[in-house]
Amino acid sequence: MKWVRWWHVALLLCILVAFLSPLASSSPDGLEKVAEDKGFIEKAKDSPYEIIADYVFPGVHNESVATILAGLVGTVGIFALVYGGARVLRAFRREGA
Amino acid sequence: MHIPDGFLNGATIGVTYAVSAGGVAFATRAAGKKLGEKHVPLMGIMAAFIFAAQMLNFPIAGGTSGHLLGAALAAILLGPWGGLLVMACVLLVQSLIFQDGGLLALGANVLNMGVAGCWIGFGVYTLTTKVIGVDRRGTLIGGFAAGWASVFIASVLCSFELAGSDASPLGVALPAMAGVHALIGLVEGLITAVVLGFVWATRSDLLQIEKV
Repeated sequence: MKWVRWWHVALLLCILVAFLSPLASSSPDGLEKVAEDKGFIEKAKDSPYEIIADYVFPGVHNESVATILAGLVGTVGIFALVYGGARVLRAFRREGA
Repeated sequence: MHIPDGFLNGATIGVTYAVSAGGVAFATRAAGKKLGEKHVPLMGIMAAFIFAAQMLNFPIAGGTSGHLLGAALAAILLGPWGGLLVMACVLLVQSLIFQDGGLLALGANVLNMGVAGCWIGFGVYTLTTKVIGVDRRGTLIGGFAAGWASVFIASVLCSFELAGSDASPLGVALPAMAGVHALIGLVEGLITAVVLGFVWATRSDLLQIEKV
């Protein structure tokens, strides 16, 4: 089991958190609620395009499944992005040193 | 606390983008100089955790919900510049792919939840552990205080941006934003302390890595 590193386990825990996403409260968040109460929510403009808008994966009928899929894509995708980016930064550092 | 497009005016968008871009550029330089072997997976894990945890809105009083920011947690583990890079990446992906937080408001969102969240969180944590000690107790109390302060200050900044954009006068926005986020901050503090306690118990060496 030497090839299992701490961050493999940590990433698995993050993925488990993503599976909990359908349990999230659907109430407006702090800023949205203030904007509703104080009457400036209608100023909000929709994005000119939608990819995985509101954390619902498009084309999936079951809402919980669509939310979990969005969470998985985001969690794994952002791990790959930041892990890769940090490796590139570190490679530059080695070259510069 | 992701600001959508439409709330902010051109001047606010320009100023917040400039400050955030400067912060991210500086953070990239700092990270390029200091990143070690352990930082690389830790940055990826922090980003993945913050993204997943931000989806989990928890109910707070009066039909309102809140979610983790994670800026204090990232800054405590990675240092303020490393934390800012993680927050900026999460906010960028949320805005571009998930339509959470406006594209024009991204500068303000990075400023509130990234630059301010990380630096306030890191500052409060450093100060608290200096007073109480860097033992387990100091780490948990410092984490709680840092989490609370990061959310509170981010919400204060947000209300100044709303007021500066004539979306809502400061006398209205500030008490409303600060009030609800003083509550949300308690949960932020609690989650920050719990995660730090978990890291302390399982991989306490990660708390010792050089801060970027």
